[in-house]
Amino acid sequence: MTAPLTRAEKADQLREIGAERILVKDGPYGSMIQSYRLDEEGFRAGRTFNHDQKGNNDLLNLTRPEIVGEICNAYLDAGADIVATNTFNSNAISLSDYGITGMAREINIAAARLTRACADAATARDPAKPRFVAGALGPTNKTLSVSPNVNDPGYRAVTFDEVKDMYREQIDGLLDGGVDFILIETVFDTLNAKAALVAADEAGEARAEELPVMVSMTLTDLAGRNLSGQTVEAFWHSVRHAKPLTMGLNCSFGATELHPYVSALNPQVEGMLCVYPNAGLPNELGAYDEPPEMTAKLVKGWAQNGWLNVVGGCCGTTPAHIKAIAEAVKDVKPRQWHALPPALRLSGMEAASFF
Amino acid sequence: MADDQNLEQPTGPRATFINIGERTNVTGSARFKKLVLEGDFTAAVEVARQQVDSGAQIIDVNMDEGLLDSEKAMDTFLKLIAVEPDIARVPIMIDSSKWSIIEAGLKCVAGKPIVNSISMKEGVEPFIEHARKVRRYGAAVVVMAFDEKGQADTKERKVEICARAYDILVNQVGFPPEDIIFDPNVFAVATGIEEHNNYGVDFIEATREIKQRCPHVKISGGVSNLSFAFRGNEPVRKAMHSVFLYHAIQAGMDMGIVNAGQLEVYDQIPAELRDACEDVILNRRPDSTDRLLELAPKYKGTGEAAEVQDAEWRSWPVDKRLEHALVKGLDQWVVADTEEARLQIARPIEVIEGPLMAGMNVVGDLFGAGKMFLPQVVKSARVMKKAVAHLLPYIEAQKTAGSRPKGKIVMATVKGDVHDIGKNIVGVVLQCNNFEVIDLGVMVPFQDILKTANDNKADIIGLSGLITPSLDEMVTVAEEMTRQGFHLPLLIGGATTSKVHTALRIAPRYKGTTVHVLDASRAVGVCSALVSESGSQAADFAIKVAAEYEAIRVERAGGTKEKVVALEAARINDFRIDWSAYTPPKPAITGTRVFAEYPLHELVERIDWTPFFRAWELAGNYPAILEDPVVGDSARKLYADARKMLDHIVREKWLTAKGVVTFWPCRRDGDDVVLYSDDTRTKEVSRLYFLRQQIEKRAPRANMCLADFISPEADWIGGFAVTTGHGIEEHLARFKADHDDYSDILLKALADRLAEAFAERLHERVRKTLWGYAPDEALTNDELTREKYRGIRPAPGYPACPDHSQKPELFRLLNAGQNAGITLTESFAMMPTSAVSGYYFAHPEAAYFGVARIGRDQLEDYAKRRGVSLEQAEKWLRPNLGY
Repeated sequence: MTAPLTRAEKADQLREIGAERILVKDGPYGSMIQSYRLDEEGFRAGRTFNHDQKGNNDLLNLTRPEIVGEICNAYLDAGADIVATNTFNSNAISLSDYGITGMAREINIAAARLTRACADAATARDPAKPRFVAGALGPTNKTLSVSPNVNDPGYRAVTFDEVKDMYREQIDGLLDGGVDFILIETVFDTLNAKAALVAADEAGEARAEELPVMVSMTLTDLAGRNLSGQTVEAFWHSVRHAKPLTMGLNCSFGATELHPYVSALNPQVEGMLCVYPNAGLPNELGAYDEPPEMTAKLVKGWAQNGWLNVVGGCCGTTPAHIKAIAEAVKDVKPRQWHALPPALRLSGMEAASFF
Repeated sequence: MADDQNLEQPTGPRATFINIGERTNVTGSARFKKLVLEGDFTAAVEVARQQVDSGAQIIDVNMDEGLLDSEKAMDTFLKLIAVEPDIARVPIMIDSSKWSIIEAGLKCVAGKPIVNSISMKEGVEPFIEHARKVRRYGAAVVVMAFDEKGQADTKERKVEICARAYDILVNQVGFPPEDIIFDPNVFAVATGIEEHNNYGVDFIEATREIKQRCPHVKISGGVSNLSFAFRGNEPVRKAMHSVFLYHAIQAGMDMGIVNAGQLEVYDQIPAELRDACEDVILNRRPDSTDRLLELAPKYKGTGEAAEVQDAEWRSWPVDKRLEHALVKGLDQWVVADTEEARLQIARPIEVIEGPLMAGMNVVGDLFGAGKMFLPQVVKSARVMKKAVAHLLPYIEAQKTAGSRPKGKIVMATVKGDVHDIGKNIVGVVLQCNNFEVIDLGVMVPFQDILKTANDNKADIIGLSGLITPSLDEMVTVAEEMTRQGFHLPLLIGGATTSKVHTALRIAPRYKGTTVHVLDASRAVGVCSALVSESGSQAADFAIKVAAEYEAIRVERAGGTKEKVVALEAARINDFRIDWSAYTPPKPAITGTRVFAEYPLHELVERIDWTPFFRAWELAGNYPAILEDPVVGDSARKLYADARKMLDHIVREKWLTAKGVVTFWPCRRDGDDVVLYSDDTRTKEVSRLYFLRQQIEKRAPRANMCLADFISPEADWIGGFAVTTGHGIEEHLARFKADHDDYSDILLKALADRLAEAFAERLHERVRKTLWGYAPDEALTNDELTREKYRGIRPAPGYPACPDHSQKPELFRLLNAGQNAGITLTESFAMMPTSAVSGYYFAHPEAAYFGVARIGRDQLEDYAKRRGVSLEQAEKWLRPNLGY
């Protein structure tokens, strides 16, 4: 056995494969976990808590690893090259809703190990298709760019350093558990994402390694802006300094609505572009009913435009969607990009480039 | 697909020079500093908004001030502007000489900002550390040409330090070169110190070389340092900045923190000044400093800037300084001076009663002697207001009896009317003369006026109005005052009011003294007489006015001078046009043309300035008034202030000009004009009712009616409504908050002028293209002002069609509410106030005239035509009723 690859080497490996074909990312945990219809005890699995845990999907990494593993394996079987950890809310701020703030590190380590094991098993089954683990960081439910109090626009519920520290704890847990990359996803608040990027940079520095980071923005309105008010180009300018392994969009809407924004990012991003849309828009009951073939057909259109390096699914997508997507893009050439001319690229809510 | 071909485009047009807004900087803007120190972040945010509105591509935020918790101020301000989309759309420059403040800023900005600045001043280690952090937070950076040995002054040092910093940043820190901005230090030239003479050249040449040696970097600099030696002489400073930038930009300078509005256009700098500046900046001759110094006083100008900077008087005793500030209308130091006076004097009220009133008395004397004019008085009042505003909290705190004003006056623009420029001027002048003024604003119902007068034990009530229906409302107020048993003097003012109307219609309805006040300069005299301490003087004045008004009534009752003929006779003597020899031109456009945001700069050149000066009670025609031996100086200063504000209005889009035009097929029917839906003229959409002159005319003069200009067969008529008043409120509120009546009145007066200019400009476009009957018209501005063109645009409510009540129908036809955002009050005043509406007549013989007095027969006829009661028609036409 040779020594395991470093994270930087894993990133190179991903880029090499990505030069050959479009890579596939997994789908969501949330809706899959719902299908198990767990009750309070189903979440606790015999452990004692002072607070209700029903709905705390991330706790399952500890209490029901077999369920999380089963979902992860389903995505691997469907053809996912990259699987994310079930840690969207595994940060001190979000976990405080379930009264288990102190368990963030434990959950992240467990989730990372679990996902690592599933991915490694799949790689062992088919070494020609190495699998990668992305440690997922969600946006938290507190925003640094927007005041929660309409009467006090200067107020913020958290500070930058608080958010940064909480992300740092999560990142350290994920890294200790063995993830390949850090995935900062569903970014609706740019400043939260910047806090996560600073935390990742500091974590990498502490470990004396280059930490590959994937960044995925989400849009909060059909005008193509996130909650901080930024356009996709402006957001890209805000995070571009981190040289993300992948940059892209997830969640927000279905592929139909995301289309113009993928198009807008395509010429801007010097690096892999990664998009994982929802299965259309939710119906009146809040459920997603876009069938796998439809989602696959829509993302195949993007692929044929030469817009995609990595594609997966977000809300409402299932292993069946991922399988259909993998099938749809497998023979389409991956996106190529060009270095942009040097310019002072700044942003406010809008991008501003000075040549 | 097309959209994957979209290659990178610079955002917006390629800018050769990046304009960084500099006003949100406590070290550069006294106003911003004051706002932040006072914690008035709401107003501070507005400063940022103005910067962006006026074209700043980046806004510089600096909170380096010893009295501030600068980290906190940076945090607060950046968080506040982060939620303002029209500010936060542009990138931020986080400006501080202290790293902790910079880092506090970096934690608040969602976009990608610029850090300004870091340097090797304290060595390479901290420089690298800061650069790494800047990179970690994802910002670009300004690097000052500064190292352990000090700030780089020569070209060689500048280049050496920047090249070294570049190497460290790019090769050690991994900083992208395109995110590096060097500031090679702009230093003052022409200081008289020989070593400084080459500083301009050093900067320019260093810029050129740094750009070559350090690929992709940008060059920035703080330009105003350059001209430090000439502070107090703005024209020369501006010229120096422009000349410097002209050369520095050619050498590769990309951006600068500079007030773009204060730059002279290089080509427009007078040649001798430009050459002298160029000699200094490019260090072209040994005596260049002396030569510029010699030339400088010539360009210092007489502008306000020069006076403000002229600091000699700043060394005078505080009461003299206050007096000087009041007389000159300088508000820059008044708060500090007032504070100084307060500390010297036992009771704060004595500052008002002592030095401030003494100063205002000088102002009053000069005004009374005709040596000072209204614009200056209003400026003086602004200074006074600021001083008083500063003292008020202290006076309140002492809770002693306040100063006794000469009298208390309640003023209001009456219900249905929104015009208040004149009323505000009167208010200011009265306040200057120690009257307490309670100004209730516009559209005030009589209940509020009378209640306020009662509650405050007022000494006088003043009513104002501009449109004719307000005359009726004033009568109503007078009647109510009688009913409620008031005895206070009632003052009447405003453009349509007159001594005759007051004597005939208002005074008889009220038992107390009723006085018409012609203008602001008379107001003080009238009010002083009415509240005079010696009761007999007040009584004498009242008796004198009553006698004068009685005489007017007797004279009017004794028979009118002009005879009114019967309507039938007047109709027979109508204005005859030979329609067989004339083909009415069909308008080029059909339907409605809406102007959602008419370019303001196009209107500026169309401003007719004469009425502007009249609004300020400066008599004379523009431009001769600027050279007038009596009011010229005053007029010039006012004009300079007006042009300056106009620049802001246009550049920062303070106002939005909206307008709408429509033409209708029509034909004349008696004194009516019938409008049709289309050229077949079968479906009637509306009917315009015009009035005919009934004054006896001697042949060949006709008894005119606007309908006479329309063909009874097939013709067209137009309608329009324009306004330049949208957006004004926000700025008026700002001035009000700043106790700045001068700017308040100035802005309103300018908005009114712009609305008239808009109406003129639109009329021209109607003649040339929209209607298009005079496509080849080529008139000078002067000829335009003198209305040498074909066609007229009379407005309902004005002499040719004096009935304001026709406006609602015109507005309905134009859909003016939606198309131009103009609404009407119950008295048919237009809102926003700065608005013009009217009809277009194209016939070459169409001309303006006044309907003047009409007879009862026409009133009855008009009531019948319009289908309203005689009483209603009487109310509408009262100003024209000659019987």
